[in-house]
Amino acid sequence: MNATLKDKATSFSFVLPALIIFALFYIYPFFYSFILSLTNYNIIGDLNFKESFVGLTNFKDIASDSDWWKSMYNGAFITFWALSFQNVLALMLALAVTRVVKMSKFYRVVFFTLPILSEIVIGLLLRRLMLSEPVGRDVLNHMVNNLGLGFLAQDWISGEKVRLITALVHCWKGFGWAFVIFLAGLQGIPNQLYEAARIDGANAWQSFRKITLPLLMPVITLIMVLTILGTMSSFAMILALNQGAGGETTVPIMMIYNHLGSDLAGLACAEGLVLGIILITISFTMFFISKKVRKKYGVLPD
Amino acid sequence: MAFYQTKKIVTLIVLHTFLLSIALSCIFPFFWMVNTSFKSNAEFNSDYGLKPASSLLLDNYNQVIIKSGFWRYFLNSVIYTFTTVILIVLISSLAAYSFSRLHFPGKNVIFYMFLAAMMIPLPAGFVPVYVLLQQLGLLNRTGYVLAMSNMGLSISIYLLKTFFDQLPRDLEDSAKIDGCNKLETWWHIGMPLVTPALGVVIIFNALNVWNEFVLASLIFAEKKYMPLQAALLQFSGEQVTEHTLVMAALTVTALPIIILYIFMQKQFVKGITAGAIIK
Repeated sequence: MNATLKDKATSFSFVLPALIIFALFYIYPFFYSFILSLTNYNIIGDLNFKESFVGLTNFKDIASDSDWWKSMYNGAFITFWALSFQNVLALMLALAVTRVVKMSKFYRVVFFTLPILSEIVIGLLLRRLMLSEPVGRDVLNHMVNNLGLGFLAQDWISGEKVRLITALVHCWKGFGWAFVIFLAGLQGIPNQLYEAARIDGANAWQSFRKITLPLLMPVITLIMVLTILGTMSSFAMILALNQGAGGETTVPIMMIYNHLGSDLAGLACAEGLVLGIILITISFTMFFISKKVRKKYGVLPD
Repeated sequence: MAFYQTKKIVTLIVLHTFLLSIALSCIFPFFWMVNTSFKSNAEFNSDYGLKPASSLLLDNYNQVIIKSGFWRYFLNSVIYTFTTVILIVLISSLAAYSFSRLHFPGKNVIFYMFLAAMMIPLPAGFVPVYVLLQQLGLLNRTGYVLAMSNMGLSISIYLLKTFFDQLPRDLEDSAKIDGCNKLETWWHIGMPLVTPALGVVIIFNALNVWNEFVLASLIFAEKKYMPLQAALLQFSGEQVTEHTLVMAALTVTALPIIILYIFMQKQFVKGITAGAIIK
């Protein structure tokens, strides 16, 4: 009896380091942020819950904070472009790469370079390409002028199209990641299906519509969920690119970061909860829809 | 016949034009980055960094690495990445081994807890973590490494556990008969068998730490403890007009990753898509 108890204790001790770190840096902060969100704690000194308790004030402030909802709009705008433009581009590239034999490895290597680099590197690199400081040293404007695309020349970092430009840069950084997952999904579709369709006289569009798209549905919904979560919880690229462009490209998570930076920990926590609840709702709805879709196409094995 | 041949060639030309134009848009900024980093300011001002550098001028690198202290930030990044990855590999493989092979009450509950943590998005998880570190007096390198090792923990445990599950137990059984205790079996039998999955875990987490910015920028107020990403943003803010210097700094940060990637593509692809494929 004692031997088995000791045995079980040893087995448990293997999990213990992971559990301690997990409890300290995941579970505890998770519940702690609910408490913090009810306070006006400003990170100076220990948290005195009684003194700093403000009830739901933070949430009321958020609800009526137009800057916050504007940042939500900005985030949704960028997410919209990532969902549509980025992912369609990624799917088109994946389809194209499976069609060409030569250089397909080269393309795969190149497309995947951007996702492995940090948001800061990408953001700063493009900032320097777009920056017009010192005046007249704006590389990108010089390039578009020389390419005969002078109508594109503009203030890329703080001009009126800055939100769209930021969204496109985001797509540019992220498409390689969706490309790789699409590619894996495409390679999982058995070739016989296409051969059978061809014998039956289907053209390329018909096989895409009737074979590729339905069989790719699980991958597509997966990419959509991850795109939403990934876009709404990243901001470092935008911080490096244009620092929010005076509110035009400020995303929610950047507001949270800035509020924490100015010691408004309670407010930042409340904002984090609001954003978290919205994202959890979206991702669960998406998974629910994707299950229905997969059932409809009969590709749901589990 | 000739018609189909022409059609095929035209299709290929269209496809390659499409693929090449996107590929160029990916490559060009990095050529510009490296190229500009070798230029003097005068040369950059005359050609926008668009012509090949006239000589491999190392002044910018000298300025950035030695004088602006990027050797230190680089070293910091290497140290944080190494310690975090080692910590994660040890902790997660121990846990994964136990989840897969050993028995104790509550095992499944704890495992599903780790799983749930992977599924639930905590976009602003850094806020309470930062407050916690502040209260524990851990706004330092130890606190940073500990917090970072939590970030990759759930996924690493999951990856290793599923890998352990697929392995036969024969070797471990014979090790047990030969008198190895559990810890020895884990280290001498389990770890070598699970190396392919460890590669993915290492790359996934190493990239994560190397590219991490948010926590690092919050925790390290003092420059000398900053890793590259946090230092880069600050450096760029200080050097508003010095494009060539900033390009040298970016090259120092990005090039090691790009070179490693070119040599280890498969592991990188697996590593960065690991999170996606699980879900």
